[in-house]
Amino acid sequence: MDRLLRNPKVVIGLAILAFFVLVAIFGPWLISALGLNPRAVDDGAIATPPSADHWLGTNNTGQDLFAQLVVGARGSVVVGALAGTIATVMAVAVGTTSGYLGGTADRTINAIVNVLMTLPGFALLFIIAGYVQNAGYILIALVIGLLGWPGGARSIRAQTLSLRNRDFTSALRTTGESTWRIILVEVIPHLGGVISAMFLSALVGGIFAESSLAFLGLGDTSGITWGTMIAQAQSSGAILRGQWWYFLPPGLCIAIIGFATALINFGLDEITNPKLNSSLAARTRRFNADLARANGRKVTA
Amino acid sequence: MTANNPSASGPASTSRLAPEPRANVPETPLAQMPEPRRSRGGRFLAKRAGFYLLTAWVALTINFFVPRAMPGDPAQTLALQITRQTGTTLSPEVLQSIRNLYGDPNQNLFEQYWNYLGSIFTLDFGLSVSRYPVPVLELILGALPWTLFLVGVSTLVAWLVGTSLGIIVGHRPGSRLDLWLTPISQFFSSMPSFWVALLTLWVFSLTLGLFPSSGGYSPNVPFQINNVWFLLSVFRYATLPILTGVFVGFSGWLFAMRNMMVTTISEDFVTLARAKGISERRVIFRYAARNAMLPNITGLASSIGGIIGGVVLTEIVFTYPDMGYLLFQAITTKDYPLMQAIFLMIVLAVLVANFIADSLYVLLDPRTREV
Repeated sequence: MDRLLRNPKVVIGLAILAFFVLVAIFGPWLISALGLNPRAVDDGAIATPPSADHWLGTNNTGQDLFAQLVVGARGSVVVGALAGTIATVMAVAVGTTSGYLGGTADRTINAIVNVLMTLPGFALLFIIAGYVQNAGYILIALVIGLLGWPGGARSIRAQTLSLRNRDFTSALRTTGESTWRIILVEVIPHLGGVISAMFLSALVGGIFAESSLAFLGLGDTSGITWGTMIAQAQSSGAILRGQWWYFLPPGLCIAIIGFATALINFGLDEITNPKLNSSLAARTRRFNADLARANGRKVTA
Repeated sequence: MTANNPSASGPASTSRLAPEPRANVPETPLAQMPEPRRSRGGRFLAKRAGFYLLTAWVALTINFFVPRAMPGDPAQTLALQITRQTGTTLSPEVLQSIRNLYGDPNQNLFEQYWNYLGSIFTLDFGLSVSRYPVPVLELILGALPWTLFLVGVSTLVAWLVGTSLGIIVGHRPGSRLDLWLTPISQFFSSMPSFWVALLTLWVFSLTLGLFPSSGGYSPNVPFQINNVWFLLSVFRYATLPILTGVFVGFSGWLFAMRNMMVTTISEDFVTLARAKGISERRVIFRYAARNAMLPNITGLASSIGGIIGGVVLTEIVFTYPDMGYLLFQAITTKDYPLMQAIFLMIVLAVLVANFIADSLYVLLDPRTREV
């Protein structure tokens, strides 16, 4: 944990995510406190660029886009968090069971996981969401979550396999501790770091999937999320009219959140595989160069 | 510790994927091999083929159960929708074909399943609702060449750009280039593909006016494959979609190649090559990159299938006449037969691409032939 918080990439990534989660929680209240309403129509300002009245401009019906962006943060983060929770719980349940039990159960579960991983997730998503007419965002999050767990289950299984052969678990087995108690009380807490990293990726994956579905016209059209904002911008011809303030901000928010997760994963990679640590590599090379100069030799690398 | 060996002070090498270069390994006589090479690779591929058949069957079965699990009677809704749109009553044969695909209350589930598989294997995906009575298969076959062209070119370019940058960045981890380019490309790949498409369209087409904003070819030239002007217009119209695909896609390859390169460059055989006084360029390309590239090569094959899913979204922005736009039309008009067929096509593409990747792996990596 200590090493985690000393890695600048992880810290920056976590800070960005924390900011957006705070916006999702408190943003909508702030918006009403400012006297704004994402659905209120300002007849005097139809499709206007950013101004003092409307910080991010208005859309074609005169709705304030700053208010929509902030309220949309809650929509997107709620869908992402719900989908991420479902996917993580499934991944942990399936992964630990399969990895700990081993044998036939493991082979069967592993085969199912492999099949589900090979099937293109996005295609499954649109075929199921396509049949569900006028899905609310909870249902959409459910579908995204239920399709998003196989990759996580595979890595949890691998981690469980190594824990299973450690001394402390075999000691507990010999004392007659029940299998489920070992999994719940011993194995899962040991995977805390992996599970939380997985949840973060699943959350962001959920936000991405929701925005893709919304863009295809399969989103919750009554709710406001970043995805529905981009979809509405596209369908109302914001690009043809050059209304950059309409489609630019929501996509940028998604990109920044995606970047934050990428940074965190990047940092985790560096911690688990020190060879990938670029600042360490730079320091090593400087050290070698200094050493070479001290020895009066030339450096080749 | 020798000064001209930067890796010696690094952490102990945990050799995971990087073997010694094949050029340096003496050929093992065939008699000493545990079994003839070909059969090992063959058995591996047969096992994989079996797995993909199983996966295809799962996809077909999901496709069978999803409409039947929905409330109401999708087949009835579909028949009514066609009647409303076209004003014609459906012939009994057409009605039965719809029933085979979307559920028939008069048959039990096994009969339905049997008839459904029969329809799929005779490539009877039904008639499109939005463009009734054009068969779905015809619409798909019309869109397929555009998709293959677009996905093929943009994936290949993204792969070339990403892999070469990955070699450059990865052979000196921690260099100034690495510290800037790697995170920046990560940021690029974090953008939603359809949003990048919107940006590209806005900047290059509407603001700068360099490229057309929609369509797959110029409406002013005849649709002939052997007409130079037609081909030129195809390339002109494909530029922005391809640019988008490359922009979103290259950083994944860069990142994978960089990490493999960083791991490989500190292996002993690279150190040995350097110690022998082989030029740095040759060490990087012939020794390190050649070994580090393996996951990227097999990844290229398997990703082509997967990328079809991503391209789907960007092509909607460019109203490009491929599968993506077809899917968008199918969803907005609730054209279930078309949607189903596109789903099955994407699954098929992914499975075939994965199998090609496995075959490449057997071909390129001698270790898979021995395990």
